Amino acid sequence: MPPETSRAEATLELRGVSKYFGDLPALRNVSLRIGRGDSVFVYGPNGAGKTTLLRTLATLARPSEGTALFSGRDVHENPPAARAAIGFVSHATFLYGELTARENLKFTGRLFGLREPEKRIDTALELFALRDRADEPVRGLSRGLQQRVTLARAILHDPAFLLLDEPFTGLDAASRENLQSLLRRLPEQGKAVVFSTHDFDQGVTLARRLVAMEAGRVRYDGPLNLAPLDALHIARAH
Amino acid sequence: MQTLRIAWTIFVKDLRVEWRSRETLASMCVFSLLIVFLFNFAFESAREETLRLLPGLLWIAFAFAGILGFNRSFAGERENACLEGMILAPIDPSAIFLGKMFANLLFLAVTEAVVVFAAALWYNFSFLPSLGRFALIVLFGTVGYVALGTIFGAIAANTRMREVMLPILQFPISFWILILGTDATSDVLRGNTAAFAAGAARVAGVSLIFAVVSYLLFEYVLEE
Repeated sequence: MPPETSRAEATLELRGVSKYFGDLPALRNVSLRIGRGDSVFVYGPNGAGKTTLLRTLATLARPSEGTALFSGRDVHENPPAARAAIGFVSHATFLYGELTARENLKFTGRLFGLREPEKRIDTALELFALRDRADEPVRGLSRGLQQRVTLARAILHDPAFLLLDEPFTGLDAASRENLQSLLRRLPEQGKAVVFSTHDFDQGVTLARRLVAMEAGRVRYDGPLNLAPLDALHIARAH
Repeated sequence: MQTLRIAWTIFVKDLRVEWRSRETLASMCVFSLLIVFLFNFAFESAREETLRLLPGLLWIAFAFAGILGFNRSFAGERENACLEGMILAPIDPSAIFLGKMFANLLFLAVTEAVVVFAAALWYNFSFLPSLGRFALIVLFGTVGYVALGTIFGAIAANTRMREVMLPILQFPISFWILILGTDATSDVLRGNTAAFAAGAARVAGVSLIFAVVSYLLFEYVLEE
């Protein structure tokens, strides 16, 4: 985890990023800057490029054109610096089915070089109400429970940037509320949260900034309350 | 030091996963034992013929068992995108290579021990007089073979025909190890101690080259 001083200046940025899969463009000339305390709702129809955008920010996808930057430097020059500051939840769980939830978190803690991992693991398990199921193999847990473990995994190292792709998938009402409360709380603590969800009404209650995407382009990037009607229309229409 | 610490973490994780699933080692052992068993029936050989056939047969069994193991090793990482989960951590990619390689090495070494024991029984052949030299040759060759299998396993894991792709990638490159390993093993089992040092050096040299190149290239394999 980066020290507080560098955290204060940390930004995640895309500059003129395009991403192609073969000839198919997933992102077209996207520029975006995520800073301290940002709370960003990424919205758009299927195939708009939301997942590719989040994967590029998370350093998992390399831009075909343009640059992804962490604190002003190309993330691919020194990926570990950016990765230490990023927590990512994708469609996949990143969990080993044969290991228990606690063992999965312990493994992640070791990869991130955490000090006092046990304490953090207990806190993360508590936060997502997983203590009772912590010692069961993940393979035997329901999709919703696995999603909770995935969320616990993403916040374990206390990342400055939390990137969440459809994080509410499979969660029950209580877990959704837990996550909503976390997504409201983190920006107040100076952490940046970027998330996508197909539930537009839920997204607007949690974020202060909207990134509306369509066909790989950012159609609107700005405060939610100032979003022009056409941007909201794109979003709502889908 | 940090890289080795992470490699150890990944190695221990792989052992724990294997202990719970018991998929990799079991399939490697059963498959390689079948090869040795079937060859025993196909060639009911006299001692001189056994000496001629056994080195090649052992290396074939090791090679195929290895392919099974390397495929399984990355199948587990592919499930739930666990490999991506590791890539997302602030670690040196070579730590992933080393951790996976150590685990693959252990699984193949255990399989080789089982195969050699079975071959000794079925072919009524004693490895004891040359066991140390034989083990050294096998160890040298296995390190290079596993290094290649680890990097090619990671490449094949991202392809559609991954089960077919791995042997297609692995065998054309690793045949140097198999040929030199078979030659050196043959010399050792025949008691040709004069040829041991040269044979062992050749196998170790080729393995070292493959291991170093695989280590250096692994981070590019992990890139999208």
